[in-house]
Amino acid sequence: MSEVTVSEEWTKPLPQPDDVNRPYWSAAAEGRLIIQECRSCSHRQFYPRALCTRCGDEPEWIGCTGRGTVHTFTVIRQMGMRPFRAELPYVVAMIELEEGPLIMGTVTDCDPETVEIGAPVTVHFVRAADDVGIPYWRLAT
Amino acid sequence: MDRTPVIVGTGLSDYPKAPHLDGVQHHVLAAQRALADSGVEKATLDGYVGVGGGGGMMIDDAVTMAEYLRIDHRYIDGTMTGGSSFEFHVQHLAAAIREGLCDTALVTYGSDQLSRMGRMLGTGGFQRPGQRVSGPIQYEAPYGNSLVGAYAMHAKRHMHEFGTTSEQLAEIAVGVREYAALNPHAMYRDPITVDDVVNSRMIADPLHKLDCCAITDGGGAFIMTTAERAKDLPQPPVYVLGAAGAQTHWNVGQQTDFTTCAGALAGPIAFEQAGVTHDDVDMLMFYDSFTITCLILLESLGFVPKGAGGPFVAEGHLKRGGRWPLNTDGGGLSSCHPGMRGIFLIIEAVRQLRGQAGDAQVPDCRVALCAGSGGWLSCIGVAILGADRP
Repeated sequence: MSEVTVSEEWTKPLPQPDDVNRPYWSAAAEGRLIIQECRSCSHRQFYPRALCTRCGDEPEWIGCTGRGTVHTFTVIRQMGMRPFRAELPYVVAMIELEEGPLIMGTVTDCDPETVEIGAPVTVHFVRAADDVGIPYWRLAT
Repeated sequence: MDRTPVIVGTGLSDYPKAPHLDGVQHHVLAAQRALADSGVEKATLDGYVGVGGGGGMMIDDAVTMAEYLRIDHRYIDGTMTGGSSFEFHVQHLAAAIREGLCDTALVTYGSDQLSRMGRMLGTGGFQRPGQRVSGPIQYEAPYGNSLVGAYAMHAKRHMHEFGTTSEQLAEIAVGVREYAALNPHAMYRDPITVDDVVNSRMIADPLHKLDCCAITDGGGAFIMTTAERAKDLPQPPVYVLGAAGAQTHWNVGQQTDFTTCAGALAGPIAFEQAGVTHDDVDMLMFYDSFTITCLILLESLGFVPKGAGGPFVAEGHLKRGGRWPLNTDGGGLSSCHPGMRGIFLIIEAVRQLRGQAGDAQVPDCRVALCAGSGGWLSCIGVAILGADRP
């Protein structure tokens, strides 16, 4: 279980859980990052889907360590959309999970200038709604 | 009957700013000009190809535009792969014409993006705040990425792996601007230097304002038919030598290699079809949404080895007078980018291959390669066009 901060008023776009991805968003709301692994070929994938993208069989859920590295990133310095505009500049990154897949996220609580490709990061969550937690990342200390 | 597919007419609407036209009118004006250029009678059109989204709320999708233009077609294609749609259209239409599914088809595009939507596209975000979002974008929308940011992540990784520099990327913008100076319609015509680019405002690291394309109005159209039919038409026919397309992802979060794109898949197929090599190519029309887009297209299509693009462009090979002059109309970076630029790649290549490019003419231009990038380096369409019969 990782840290979960409860958002009192979430004004960013809010994911819409569906029959396939509901476990993912619910787990995140409880501070757990889970991804899919194929029951036949063991292929791991993100985002959640109703099939394994390699062999077509059915994926199952596995827990993640919540650790990864920055695969690539950018620092957003111009953005017209609220509420992001008020947070400029901020980091958008692709995180390479220890389990393999890449996942988009934001590296928080740091000077954007200190983020580097390859930097180790750990997950934390913001509960945006009862059924939705949003994974975020911090530079590992 | 010689059913080799050829392009016999092209048309541009008014750009870069045309507040007197809405999206549909851009389609129409470009179509009228393509018909006039080609000498094709409208009534003989039996195919229509187009893609909506440029003009707004489903008022210019393929079936609606076919109706508006009253083209009683027997072949229609509305394939939407983002900005590369029109290279995919050339691929589909070349096969359709060879196969006899239609004889003469009109392709159109139009967008009033600048006049109607303003400049919010690149960094305006994709979703409204607080709104529930479905589909794959829900895994990205909470993080506030921008269109520029998606390409910036490619540039960042390319720099990390290969040592590519901002100064090298800037050379692409500088070279394209040189051509824009020769185009009286281009959005930006004043010469720029590498220093200007790297000192322009950072939008999303490492992409500066001058690494990013313009936001303009504009429309384009072209007409494809058989080589047989082209014999009776006034313009020199431009042959579709080879065309291919490929996709690796759609949303940028599903990109698996941020240093390349599906050009690596589509390129070899197009070259093999065309029966030409890189050495035969005289000029390039690349989708220059951003400077990094061109660099990754150049490498993925095999013009230089992967990772060697930075030093190569810094040597000036893509500039006027260089080995492979790039975007001789001034490109999306400096001339015209109404949202889905792919059609302008085809139109400018045709102008060059006809020898009608004036001051921007590439000497003895016989083969041109157009490479469109749609989405976030997601769907790459390649069309190799030639002045000579294959």
